[in-house]
Amino acid sequence: MTDSKYFTTTKKGEIFELKAELNSDKKEKKKEAVKKVIASMTVGKDVSALFPDVVNCMQTDNLELKKLVYLYLMNYAKSQPDMAIMAVNTFVKDCEDPNPLIRALAVRTMGCIRVDKITEYLCEPLRKCLKDEDPYVRKTAAVCVAKLHDINAQLVEDQGFLDTLKDLISDSNPMVVANAVAALSEIAESHPSSNLLDLNPQSINKLLTALNECTEWGQIFILDCLANYTPKDDREAQSICERVTPRLSHANSAVVLSAVKVLMKFMEMLSKDLDYYGTLLKKLAPPLVTLLSAEPELQYVALRNINLIVQKRPEVLKHEMKVFFVKYNDPIYVKLEKLDIMIRLASQANIAQVLAELKEYATEVDVDFVRKAVRAIGRCAIKVEQSAERCVSTLLDLIQTKVNYVVQEAIVVIKDIFRKYPNKYESVIATLCENLDSLDEPEARAAMIWIVGEYAERIDNADELLESFLEGFHDESAQVQLQLLTAIVKLFLKKPTETQELVQQVLSLATQDSDNPDLRDRGYIYWRLLSTDPVAAKEVVLAEKPLISEETDLIEPTLLDELICCIGTLASVYHKPPSAFVEGGRGVVHKSLPPRTASSESTESPETAPAGAPPGEQLDTVPTQGDLLGDLLNLDLGPPVSGPPLATSAVQMGAVDLLGGGLDSLIGAPSFVAPPAAAVPANLGAPMGSGLSDLFDLTSGVGTLSGSYVAPKAVWLPAMKAKGLEISGTFTRQAGSISMDLQLTNKALQVMTDFAIQFNRNSFGLAPAAPLQVHAPLSPTQTVEISLPLSTAGSVMKTEPLNSLQVAVKNNIDVFYFSTLYPLHILFVEDGKMDRQMFLATWKDIPNENEAQFQIRDCPLNAEAVSSRLQSSSIFTVARRNVEGQDMLYQSLKLTNGIWVLAELRIQPGNPSFTGLELSLKCRAPEVSQHVYQAYETILKN
Amino acid sequence: MIGGLFIYNHKGEVLISRVYRDDIGRNAVDAFRVNVIHARQQVRSPVTNIARTSFFHVKRSNIWLAAVTKQNVNAAMVFEFLYKMCDVMAAYFGKISEENIKNNFVLIYELLDEILDFGYPQNSETGALKTFITQQGIKSQHQTKEEQSQITSQVTGQIGWRREGIKYRRNELFLDVLESVNLLMSPQGQVLSAHVSGRVVMKSYLSGMPECKFGMNDKIVIEKQGKGTADETSKSGKQSIAIDDCTFHQCVRLSKFDSERSISFIPPDGEFELMRYRTTKDIILPFRVIPLVREVGRTKLEVKVVIKSNFKPSLLAQKIEVRIPTPLNTSGVQVICMKGKAKYKASENAIVWKIKRMAGMKESQISAEIELLPTNDKKKWARPPISMNFEVRQRRGLEQCVLGKTLEILPVNLCTYHLADDETETPERSDFNSQTHFFPCRLPPRN
Repeated sequence: MTDSKYFTTTKKGEIFELKAELNSDKKEKKKEAVKKVIASMTVGKDVSALFPDVVNCMQTDNLELKKLVYLYLMNYAKSQPDMAIMAVNTFVKDCEDPNPLIRALAVRTMGCIRVDKITEYLCEPLRKCLKDEDPYVRKTAAVCVAKLHDINAQLVEDQGFLDTLKDLISDSNPMVVANAVAALSEIAESHPSSNLLDLNPQSINKLLTALNECTEWGQIFILDCLANYTPKDDREAQSICERVTPRLSHANSAVVLSAVKVLMKFMEMLSKDLDYYGTLLKKLAPPLVTLLSAEPELQYVALRNINLIVQKRPEVLKHEMKVFFVKYNDPIYVKLEKLDIMIRLASQANIAQVLAELKEYATEVDVDFVRKAVRAIGRCAIKVEQSAERCVSTLLDLIQTKVNYVVQEAIVVIKDIFRKYPNKYESVIATLCENLDSLDEPEARAAMIWIVGEYAERIDNADELLESFLEGFHDESAQVQLQLLTAIVKLFLKKPTETQELVQQVLSLATQDSDNPDLRDRGYIYWRLLSTDPVAAKEVVLAEKPLISEETDLIEPTLLDELICCIGTLASVYHKPPSAFVEGGRGVVHKSLPPRTASSESTESPETAPAGAPPGEQLDTVPTQGDLLGDLLNLDLGPPVSGPPLATSAVQMGAVDLLGGGLDSLIGAPSFVAPPAAAVPANLGAPMGSGLSDLFDLTSGVGTLSGSYVAPKAVWLPAMKAKGLEISGTFTRQAGSISMDLQLTNKALQVMTDFAIQFNRNSFGLAPAAPLQVHAPLSPTQTVEISLPLSTAGSVMKTEPLNSLQVAVKNNIDVFYFSTLYPLHILFVEDGKMDRQMFLATWKDIPNENEAQFQIRDCPLNAEAVSSRLQSSSIFTVARRNVEGQDMLYQSLKLTNGIWVLAELRIQPGNPSFTGLELSLKCRAPEVSQHVYQAYETILKN
Repeated sequence: MIGGLFIYNHKGEVLISRVYRDDIGRNAVDAFRVNVIHARQQVRSPVTNIARTSFFHVKRSNIWLAAVTKQNVNAAMVFEFLYKMCDVMAAYFGKISEENIKNNFVLIYELLDEILDFGYPQNSETGALKTFITQQGIKSQHQTKEEQSQITSQVTGQIGWRREGIKYRRNELFLDVLESVNLLMSPQGQVLSAHVSGRVVMKSYLSGMPECKFGMNDKIVIEKQGKGTADETSKSGKQSIAIDDCTFHQCVRLSKFDSERSISFIPPDGEFELMRYRTTKDIILPFRVIPLVREVGRTKLEVKVVIKSNFKPSLLAQKIEVRIPTPLNTSGVQVICMKGKAKYKASENAIVWKIKRMAGMKESQISAEIELLPTNDKKKWARPPISMNFEVRQRRGLEQCVLGKTLEILPVNLCTYHLADDETETPERSDFNSQTHFFPCRLPPRN
């Protein structure tokens, strides 16, 4: 006799029959009947009419029957609240049963019956069960508190169950502890403000002890709870990490991932100089790789999380490329995720292997996968410059396969490669043109049209090609239409004589026949430009394009930090914050990584800096944190002898500055006592920051009046983007003061007035020191030159890249935004010459991993020339040595915010094969090194 | 936490439906059926979000298990739970099939009530569950008070995976080391990546609460964790095995492993997976597989595969099976092999070559002529890799000494091919069985 018979469909009158059976005297028949009821309930039939009859079966000593009735009750009690009350007596009685299994069953089921009247009766039994002698009953009661809270939060608070629950955290039984933690965590989520999970070092210690003893599930609850705790300092963080690391060897992947979450979060607080930090980093990789031998569904969860971890801390898995190679029998979702991670880990060191793999994938069967593989090849080309050529030839091979979607995808990525490396791979255009006819997807067509337009002068039959697209203009998607319009205008500007007719045609198609406003607008703009000022048109349409970024699909840093706090959870699978998919207030508390509390100088490695930069707002609210930003902000309190910014006092001041919103308010404040070590009176000005550095500069007398190198003006804001206002400019530093030299040109037809300028917060606090003064209204075609003095007293927020500056310019027409990069040497202060001894000591003091090495090619200058040229831009030679025919220059410079950069420059004048310089930079904030190097290069090559 | 758990058959009919949270309604059952089971496209993700409700699913044969939630749950935990659920069901009634689920639906509901409370997984070790949930109905009414409290203390206790009072007349212990060597070879024969993932499966039939210590070979070096260095290796004078990482069954005391590198545990009764390990260093490939493919015209393919055994001549590989995939438009195959038997299996699109046993340092080869139908079918052949399976079975000495209830096993080597060094004669009750899977390797691309 099997139970599957209960699933067989029954005829009419079934309910009636069941009713009779339920009321039968025979126990067996009753049980059979209840089973039938449950089976019907499972498949979705409504058997609520049988409620009183089923509840009548509850009074039984047959536990199996009792459980079945309870199951029924949980499903239908809500629809029949009055009847459900009939069950209360049995529940209350069962809660007193000598058998702990029955006591637990009663309290467990009662919590699932969401009827107010029953809830009232639940309180007393629950209170008893929370203190039951049997741990099985207590662990069940602990969860029941969470159930009750879900139904009636007020009742739980009034009855004092929360306190009892908190007591259970100290229970002797690990499973009771785990369930209490789970229940409290859930309740705490709906009361973000309450201090329910009052975690302190003592309770943390209890949790860590229970962690070793409870079930795998309990370990997950505890680890997830630990992840919400913020240790008070780096030592506590380290000791928790030490006790959590053994969990990385657990067979249960969820335990491993939750442990990884705790470690990733607490690592944030550890100083990178600690040996332990390095050990921990090394310990993270093997378990993450092991997760990839789990079942495919878990692999998927693991890979989504690894994707986050790789973005946050690329160093963890940088040597593990091979484990992400796709296996033949991986499910498609695993393949796609692996591919994503492969691209993230691609570097010059492993690019050959990666490309060989990607090429293989591009011949696979699954269309999505193949497309992504082709796209990945393009991304590698853009990311690793050395590989670009190989990538392009691989893509050409793939185009030869003539597989339609491969060709289309390849053309889309080749367009990006053209943009990244202009004038390098145009030889392949001919091959691309051969495949013009096979393109049927808008994105590929648009990409091809862009290529034809961009290189119109090199394609003999560009006009024919574009004309062929024009025939079906109306059937094309908007993306293709827009691209075609632009491409033909480009063509016209390049070959005006033969293509007049074509451009007329496309302009009239775009402006007269189209109902797409974007297309019409663009058409009109081109038309007017072409008819009024072809030269301007050329400047607008054929303007140099901004660079495209190397990394794509990077998650925005604040979101990334939040997701790191959600490792293992759904949020990390979706790559979305919980608020994006969880309804209501529950579980959507915004989580963020703990700020670093160690007072030592933070030394983010340049690799992690972009993703790892803490959000600016954190600094605003937590002023005492001496993290990366604090360091960048540091005002150099001491005289230059003190070398790099020192410890706490400086850090705090940096933060005060942020709060105060500027230095002005602080000058003369009584708390601002000059440092006792300030032996040189001139340096009194220094603490006030570089806003006053010009003053300081005069007194110190180090500054040279010649000023540093000034780059030629570049167009920052093309007229096309700013309703006719063109802004070009450059940055200068003269006699210690920074200014932004602007050239405003009115290319519109109306007069411009009311100019104003504002900067977004930036890494070095650059801000206009005076309003933008444009004395007369700017009439059409007029140009005005303005030098805008800048200070570095503005508020600070780390930008990416470090030296980018976002500017807003307003006039009577509109507000326009643009962003530009400033050369770092405008920030080199004139007292940046370090004492020799100090230099030596500081060089040794800065850890070696902060050293960055660069090569400056094709710079045939000798040591004197180099030295004097750099000196004029405030890079000072501290010492010079000659080692084996090579000149070594030791140099120092200081940034406006007090960061010292030390340099070793190796010059090999006698070496004909290599006329370059080798530069090693050491700095406590290594992320500036790259930019300092760029400054070197600019200064030396101009 | 998990809001509900549903089990469906291949048609999408509900077999089990248990809702734990109020935010999950009956419509969730249908949403999953319509959007995932009946979806036209192949499933692209094991996690699906439909109308702000998330569905996690796993499939066992043609049965779908889905966990549903509206909250930001621990996704890894949900999948681990679903697998565990499958293990528990399999331990109770064998294969997970529609028939078995229907036959045991009352039991399944009972289990679901026990192992998932308000969506929080509870103790789900079959050893413990079987003490109070049985297929023969519940015995609790006949239990004494002592028995009852013994059950609850076990379910909530630190050793939730083992019950007390187990007695065997003969205490026996079996160890199986199962390894799969994953090898990725380029068409040119270059090894692109290779790793071994191994499992140590233990069958324990021991009385009482035996405290076991599994001393991994003292030569073992856990890579990258800095414990154990080259010095130790040279001291012992033996080849060391570098393990990249290992994970353990929950019975193993992890903190002890972390600090002392010793694996100590009280085992569950019966069969369980004690540990998994992974290694990428110095992998000795037990076999070399050398494929040669030549295209003769458009309708014929010549395939030659050579296998070379690459281990000690005294060892014997058994039940060797080499699987050579064939194109989809194969019309016929002629096979000649030096050893064993080979057959073309049209239904599996593969030539299956079986060899009963092969000693180390030997070589064998198969050649096949594959006739192809001329076809215009654009459907591409996925070119699956050649795969190979075999077992190395040997009776092996485990120095074991039973001291009261403490059982020590020292040392155990992890890789079969390292095994042969110091064979001691076999105590009768221990059995060392190793199976190595060896795949995949890519066929050269066809044009």
